[in-house]
Amino acid sequence: MTKITYKDYQGNSKTIDVDNGLSIMEGAIQNEIPGIDADCGGAMACATCHVYVEENWFNKLPKAEASEIDMIDMAYEPKKNSRLSCQIIVSNELDGLEITTPEKQS
Amino acid sequence: MKKTDAIIIGAGPVGLFAVHQLGIKGLSAVVIDNLDKAGGQCIELYPDKPIYDIPAVPECTGEELTKRLLEQIKPFGTELFLNERVDEVNKEKENWIVKTNSNKEFMAPNIIIAGGVGSFEPRKISLKESEKFEGKSVFYAVKNKDNFKNKNIAIFGGGDSALDWALELSKFSKITLIHRRNEFRGAQHTLSEIRKLEKEGKVSIKTPCQIVSLESEKELKSITIKYDDGKTEKIPTDVILGFFGLIMKLGPIAEWGLNMDKKTIAVNPENFETNKKGIFAAGDICSYPGKLKLILSGFHEVALASVECFKRARPNEKYRFEFTTSSKTIQDRLGKK
Repeated sequence: MTKITYKDYQGNSKTIDVDNGLSIMEGAIQNEIPGIDADCGGAMACATCHVYVEENWFNKLPKAEASEIDMIDMAYEPKKNSRLSCQIIVSNELDGLEITTPEKQS
Repeated sequence: MKKTDAIIIGAGPVGLFAVHQLGIKGLSAVVIDNLDKAGGQCIELYPDKPIYDIPAVPECTGEELTKRLLEQIKPFGTELFLNERVDEVNKEKENWIVKTNSNKEFMAPNIIIAGGVGSFEPRKISLKESEKFEGKSVFYAVKNKDNFKNKNIAIFGGGDSALDWALELSKFSKITLIHRRNEFRGAQHTLSEIRKLEKEGKVSIKTPCQIVSLESEKELKSITIKYDDGKTEKIPTDVILGFFGLIMKLGPIAEWGLNMDKKTIAVNPENFETNKKGIFAAGDICSYPGKLKLILSGFHEVALASVECFKRARPNEKYRFEFTTSSKTIQDRLGKK
């Protein structure tokens, strides 16, 4: 179990325990955290699980693959710290990770 | 109004295979899709990406899969209505009447919704002000090139559509190509052409930046873009073309009175019927305990749904299960001698 904090664009935040091995996206869906749609179910085909990763954490995460970066172009208001939450896999090293969901996904 | 045995909404792999499963049972169908071609997500999102989990096909791309399915349903001569979105579904006695956004009407005892995650629509510029210029000076597709002659055009996006149109429209207009990062992901040769035009002063490339505002009087005058370093720039602009890719919107499906679970439709896993008799859902859009969003699951789902469709379309006939290997009737329907 790893503690992940999901913040929305208005600053409301919720910290939950997510099983290691799940993605940040799955953690949100299973715990009914709003703000992540994940239309394609994690196939890196839709950019509706787009999140902003807190700066310090962003640099610690394994780098996004080219196909993820391409897909982020399709996201709503992408920024430098944008990631697709279906591609971030929870592990002990991510304990305390904070992500922020965008105002909307599409 | 066109009458048929089943109306299939969605021309993705599952919708296309539904044609086959209905066809071998002697049932006619029409297919309606909002995209301009068959294939759904396979063709729109990953035409070149290999798929490895189609039984007996170790590897094929989304485009190949679509081509093969179209080949497989060719004998049935089923009509595909593309660029059409189903807006309304109404009941009339034992039949369903379907109306599209271009006012085409269809009638059938069965509807199979194989709509994936909904219909594809262009992702739009996130500025509120851009809405009122949509269709006038803000566009997300080029329908007629002539409308884009001798203009100051700002093209947004980093993929093939943005690059291709920048190249094409630069022949008779002044182009500014704007992308949120320095790398473009379009075809390399198109990009080198564009870089050449940039050197010649025919295309101007602005990266990494995003639009922050539009300036207008009656008509669009200019746009302001902001670079990553915070610097802003105003660019005289008559026309904005945005190519931010497509998003999937459930759209009108949510209003047909079906039992929905988030963006999916609840079905009975015995026949994939929804809470409305004669309306079925299959593929990514349906949900039932244990549902997997796999193409192969969708194939299974339409096979079962087609049996129930037969019972509704031919109430006076008995459904008899048959194999394609041994049934003369099926082989006739497939045009095999």
